[in-house]
Amino acid sequence: MHNQSSALQQGPCRLESLDDLNKFREQLERNIDPDHPEIVVCHGTGCLASGGEAVSNAIQATLDASGIKAKVIPGIKTTGCQGFCSRGPLVLIRPQGIFYQRVKPKDVGEIIEKTIVQGEIINRLLYKDPQTGEKIIHEEEIPFYKYQDRKVLHNIGKIDPTNLYDSIMAGGYQALAKALTTMTPEQVVQEVELSGLRGRGGAGFPAGRKWRSALLAIEKKGRPVYVVVNGDEGDPGAFMDRTIMEGDPHAVLEGLILGAYALGATEGFLYVRAEYPLAIKHLGIAMEQARAHGLLGKNILNSGFSFDVRINRGAGAFVCGESTALFTSIEGKPGNPKPKYVRSVEEGLWGRPTVLNNVETWANIPLIIDKGGDWYKKIGVSHSTGTKVFSLVGKVNNVGLVEVPMGLPLSDIVEKIGGGVPGGAPFKAVQTGGPSGGCIPYSLKDTAVDFDSLTEAGSMMGSGAMIVMDDTDCVVDLARYFLRFLEEESCGKCMPCRFGLSRMREILDGFSEGRGTQADIDDLISLSKAIQDGALCALGSSAPNPVLTTIRYFKEEYLAHLEDQNCPAGVCKALITFQIDPEACNGCTSCARKCPVGCISGGKKEPHTISADECIKCGICKESCKFDAVRII
Amino acid sequence: MRYLQGILQIRCCPDHIREIAVIEFKINDKEVKAREGWTILETAKEYGIDIPTLCHHPAVAPTGSCRLCMVELREGDWSKLVASCIYPVKKGITIYTETPKVHNVRRWILEMLLASCPASEEIRELAQKHGVISTRFSVHDPNQKCLICGLCQRVCEEVVGLSAIAVLDRGVHKKVGAPFLRPTDICVGCGSCVTICPTDAMQEIFDTVRGKPELPLSQLA
Ligand SMILES: Cc1cc2nc3c(=O)[nH]c(=O)nc-3n(C[C@H](O)[C@H](O)[C@H](O)COP(=O)(O)O)c2cc1C
Ligand code: FES
Repeated sequence: MHNQSSALQQGPCRLESLDDLNKFREQLERNIDPDHPEIVVCHGTGCLASGGEAVSNAIQATLDASGIKAKVIPGIKTTGCQGFCSRGPLVLIRPQGIFYQRVKPKDVGEIIEKTIVQGEIINRLLYKDPQTGEKIIHEEEIPFYKYQDRKVLHNIGKIDPTNLYDSIMAGGYQALAKALTTMTPEQVVQEVELSGLRGRGGAGFPAGRKWRSALLAIEKKGRPVYVVVNGDEGDPGAFMDRTIMEGDPHAVLEGLILGAYALGATEGFLYVRAEYPLAIKHLGIAMEQARAHGLLGKNILNSGFSFDVRINRGAGAFVCGESTALFTSIEGKPGNPKPKYVRSVEEGLWGRPTVLNNVETWANIPLIIDKGGDWYKKIGVSHSTGTKVFSLVGKVNNVGLVEVPMGLPLSDIVEKIGGGVPGGAPFKAVQTGGPSGGCIPYSLKDTAVDFDSLTEAGSMMGSGAMIVMDDTDCVVDLARYFLRFLEEESCGKCMPCRFGLSRMREILDGFSEGRGTQADIDDLISLSKAIQDGALCALGSSAPNPVLTTIRYFKEEYLAHLEDQNCPAGVCKALITFQIDPEACNGCTSCARKCPVGCISGGKKEPHTISADECIKCGICKESCKFDAVRII
Repeated sequence: MRYLQGILQIRCCPDHIREIAVIEFKINDKEVKAREGWTILETAKEYGIDIPTLCHHPAVAPTGSCRLCMVELREGDWSKLVASCIYPVKKGITIYTETPKVHNVRRWILEMLLASCPASEEIRELAQKHGVISTRFSVHDPNQKCLICGLCQRVCEEVVGLSAIAVLDRGVHKKVGAPFLRPTDICVGCGSCVTICPTDAMQEIFDTVRGKPELPLSQLA
């Protein structure tokens, strides 16, 4: 950061044209020595949780302390989420591009001493490929990164999200300047249409077509028209939008300004859930910086076009991500969905034409305008162009955020990038699309991950959460979990959602307790259909998806619950018992000491036994046994 | 204003429609004519086609919350269910009011209603009319009559011009009562909510809205 200070010293200057922006960027670049050493510390939420801040503080403290023998003092930069959260805290040494993982504050001294001063690599901190056992030095050679195609995320992990100059040097606002100086609003819309970009918020509606409909509505009703960012991201296990807003807020802002220019909007809204304080903070800083430099607000880049934007904090209801509920929430009313027989492009915020797009959708716009719709549509597959960001979680080695071209086989994402299931067994299923998505079994592992193929498999793209399951995950339990989530999140306005979801969950509760019947399965299917057909908004109508797909692909597991009173995955507590294998148990007493209800007996060095009557099936004994003697039957 | 509109719309017979923009479409394979801005339900009523409703009343804006009035909209092989009380008529659409899909939704909703308003005679009769006499849902409150259709709140706001009644909370906890559940003196005791309530539930809720007046309305009646 320190080497940009000379540019900063001139104070914020208003940029007046594309030329100005280019000159300013060149000036910033001149002040930067690309070979100057820089220590990059990931400050994404994942790395912060595993101690990233302590690491960056330790680096700062070591650098501040006198006595560094390095010829040049390295810069230090903190960035948004680099994606590889399960290996955090991550530290990258530039310009060599050395990738250190699981760095602790106590490693910092050594990093400075050895790597910075002497140019040596610290083997212990390198990533080890679990397949080959090889240590990998550079980020781009790690399989997790190698198979990705980071387009939307290309700046994240490279720039300091709170620094506009970093963003400008990485090409930020280039597309905006290009559009304002060389393109008409109509040309911007055409470029987006040509790109084939489909909304990343779930439904996959073509963004260009949405913008075109808004223009038609404007013809009829006149302006104002509003542009809105949907940053409500409420799916369990999803953090794509958060990462983009935190790590590259200027990209979202630039996309939104481009949309506003295309549609002639003067006012926009960023609807961000209140649980994302860092995203709100970074967007706020980005807006302030952009305003100070003439990139937002009155007369942007001296083009005569004015546009400003406001942040709205969503109060944390999942359903507020639904477009009509989001609008009523911005208007200051309870966030309840309204029937959508008039489209929101015609009648959105305050009854005005409104274009609502997801965070990731907006972040794609600058790329499209910068490089052209033609370039964009060559990425991915014909009906699903571009890339998609997924959060890969669950029983997978490389938990994190990945971006891949659309159409990649599911197994490539889970196995090549995700490194497969810990222990090497094949995955059992992947839940895509969040709570309203579906469960895709291993037998369909070659399913192309694009909008249409996922829908065909009974699931959906949704916002991009991917939850990987192995054979210790029970599908009945999974369906129950998501239904309980949606039951809690239902606004309760329409009957099918308010009552239907509870009833479905009750039936599944029955299965998990061994009370299910064949009639229950029929009821589940028929009630699912009624909810799909009858619910007022997509929260309800998509809620049965996890149940329907698990019944479709894992019927025998449901039947095991009802016919054999057995949970094959060993999850449903009422159907399992914990037992100790006397052959395997050597009487180490570890389990007996840890059991919270004290129901394990047995002398030292003698096989232990669990009293089934007292056992609460918490599983602590199984976790604590080093000899794999505790069995679930 | 809405109230008048509602009444006018209902009074209009098909013969009078000719003067205004007419929209032609089909319900159950029968050609029907409607005025621009009408809903499917309004048109069906004109032609004496019975569609069950609960949360709809011509005096207030429809919200489409009970989903009892769902009908099937077909286009070739493609079809979807829409709430007839809010779906605006469009030229050339084909609507079916009695199909397996419609019946499935209707049956389930009636079962939900039987469980959520077990004390309501009206609901029991309605369900019976459609062949539903028992429910697979569990009954939580045997004395409940309110189905939370929100008609009372809407009539108070839209027709009386007050906000003495609120639909509170979310999801399974949703309920009708005074704003913030504090009895309110905003209420002028006009009784519109009691009249519009499809299940007589408002009789009992009314006093909780108004606080405890010296002579409760339920005794007045
Ligand atoms: C219950 C529910 C929750 C939703 N949550 C979100 C969300 O958190 N973020 C989002 O972008 N879209 C969400 N959507 C989808 C939006 O309604 C809308 O389709 C989307 O924001 C449009 O943007 P896009 O075309 O760019 O995808 C949700 C939809 C439903 C039904
Ligand atoms: S009458 Fe149409 S949804 Fe209730």
